[in-house]
Amino acid sequence: MTTVKTCTQFIDANGKLTQPLPDSITAERLLEFYKTLVLVRQFDKKTVSLQRTGQLGTCASCLGQEAISAGIGFAMRKDDVLAPYYRDQAAHIIRGVSLTSILQYWGGDERANLFNGEAQQDLPNSIPIATQITHAAGIASAFKIRSEKRAVVTTCGEGATSRGDFYESLNLAGVWQLPMVVVINNNQWAISTPSTLQSHANHFADKAAAAGIEGLRVDGNDICAVYDVVEKSLQKAHAGKGATLIEAMSYRLCDHTTADDATRYRSADEVNQAWKNEPIKRLQTYLFNNTLWSPEQEQQLLSDCQQKIDDTLAQYNAIEAAPASDFFDYLYDTLPDAYQWQREHIQTKSRQMMGGA
Amino acid sequence: MTAHQNALHQNAEIANNTHKVTLVEAVNLALHRMMKEDPDVVVLGEDIATNGGVFRATLGLKEQFGCKRVMDTPLAETLIAGVAVGMASQGLKPVAEIQFMGFIYATLEHMIDHAARMRNRTRGRLTCPMVLRAPFGGGIHAPEHHSESTEALFAHIPGLRVVIPSSPARAYGLLISAIQDPDPVVFLEPKRIYRMNPQNVIDDGEGLPLDTCFTLREGSDITLISWGAMIKETLEAADTLQQQNISAEVIDVATISPLDINTLLLSIEKTGRCVIVQEAARSCSVSSDISAQLSEQGLLYLQAPVQRVTGYDIPMPYFKNEHLYMPTTQDILSAAKKALEFV
Repeated sequence: MTTVKTCTQFIDANGKLTQPLPDSITAERLLEFYKTLVLVRQFDKKTVSLQRTGQLGTCASCLGQEAISAGIGFAMRKDDVLAPYYRDQAAHIIRGVSLTSILQYWGGDERANLFNGEAQQDLPNSIPIATQITHAAGIASAFKIRSEKRAVVTTCGEGATSRGDFYESLNLAGVWQLPMVVVINNNQWAISTPSTLQSHANHFADKAAAAGIEGLRVDGNDICAVYDVVEKSLQKAHAGKGATLIEAMSYRLCDHTTADDATRYRSADEVNQAWKNEPIKRLQTYLFNNTLWSPEQEQQLLSDCQQKIDDTLAQYNAIEAAPASDFFDYLYDTLPDAYQWQREHIQTKSRQMMGGA
Repeated sequence: MTAHQNALHQNAEIANNTHKVTLVEAVNLALHRMMKEDPDVVVLGEDIATNGGVFRATLGLKEQFGCKRVMDTPLAETLIAGVAVGMASQGLKPVAEIQFMGFIYATLEHMIDHAARMRNRTRGRLTCPMVLRAPFGGGIHAPEHHSESTEALFAHIPGLRVVIPSSPARAYGLLISAIQDPDPVVFLEPKRIYRMNPQNVIDDGEGLPLDTCFTLREGSDITLISWGAMIKETLEAADTLQQQNISAEVIDVATISPLDINTLLLSIEKTGRCVIVQEAARSCSVSSDISAQLSEQGLLYLQAPVQRVTGYDIPMPYFKNEHLYMPTTQDILSAAKKALEFV
């Protein structure tokens, strides 16, 4: 049976190097990694607490899986495109999506997806499982048709690999040799379904074999490993040498979403065990041990992050409501006559609900 | 000479840009025209490149525009729709073919969850200028799952357009407009009339208006409303009524969603009586909605209840019995009689 044997890792759970870091990961880059991971974790914690206090809707945390998305964000080139699922806060932030936009998304405001920075052509979060992978295949096809040296990265959970969209897209990526990197965040749980109930394959990366593309495994809690493997896969894609499937091993330390209660289906022991493996502590240990980071810098970073989050919240709270007509103004390029009266109707209703005449 | 040119020479009198073509050839003509005019137009689907499509709608495209823009896909309808959404988000204008409407359901998630709302959920940052083409309808003695008329499934979805031509000229003009349209269009081709009644079509790249009904025949006594292949029987019924000195107005809805209700209202204001004809099953259908809207907005114009001639609320029978399912000219005449005799 064909199976992916190696799982790339540079820094283990104790913060020790298991092999020399690649040249592309300089000390400066390591600090960038670390600062981003800390910001993402702090911001994620704030997001969940805003939901708990009724200030946001249901949201999906990325706790414990930050290194996968951050590794992707750092490895992508500006003109590459991201087709994400819904735990890619880190990649969004690295690509220039504002923290405010992320709050807007979980706060139920479509304007969240306006995106700025490098993310102008990125797709918004895909909630319907695995559908984004077929869109990524379409985006990669567009690059190929136009002979553009760009690539697409798409993400999904391990549960998504059970869907037809996943297989169909991987298959096409093989047949058409698409410039595409598919990253599976194997966080072990699809809501309450453990990864062992999703597949009888040895590894999810083995699913690449049927599509005739390369399948790789990586320690998803080691940002260096994710960065290195995604970057090399993107280089391959840019060079016209086809698609890669990457299985990034991690653990969902959070509930599925804030509407979920994971204590119903998994043990505290298992979660405590997984905490020993989480991605930020190991990098911090590595940085401290190699005198790349000091407790003073740590304090400064934490307070900088707090400031950023406070500023974000102030900005978020100052956002004015979108006009009710937006729902019709962005339905089609030009609103068909048939719906004009409904546009007026919702405007009137909106005014009345706000206490106007 | 390409296969496409060959086909045209065989079937058409060519004078300037005018071709005598069937409906399916008009589709082919429009695809050629749009691919030539706009490098962003690409075509994908099953058996559409080398084979030219099972109905030959895409004949000659691969030879003229190459494999990069005319793509045979693996046999995966979900993928075809999803890939088209992704391409469209990059500003391409993909025209994706689903071989038969009976296989279109695998595309629904992409059409509803993504294509129809890409513009809305990104507040205009990304759009989805794609066309999903599929032949639909019964009456050609096809196998199971090859004869459905389930256009209402798509007509229900805000953000989509659903366009159905009923003649070669409208197939050409409406497909040009559908491809040019900056939003997703489901373009359903009535395959029963794919090869009936060739018509002169001017290949000038001019589109016909979407979201607009076409009045095929003016009349003053009764309005007959239909779309797709049933336009044939509807026009036949109008001819028969004419022989009885009854003047029937025939309207081809063409874009079933969004619906041009105003044209229909103006007509019933004039005639006061109305029959809606569709091949689709009766309940929760496009005719249900037209009837509801006519009642809501035109009750006082009506001198008789709106009559509907439809398929039955059953799965499309296997071909041996499809004639029992299909509405007939006689069915339309009976309904018209009921509307005309109502006092």
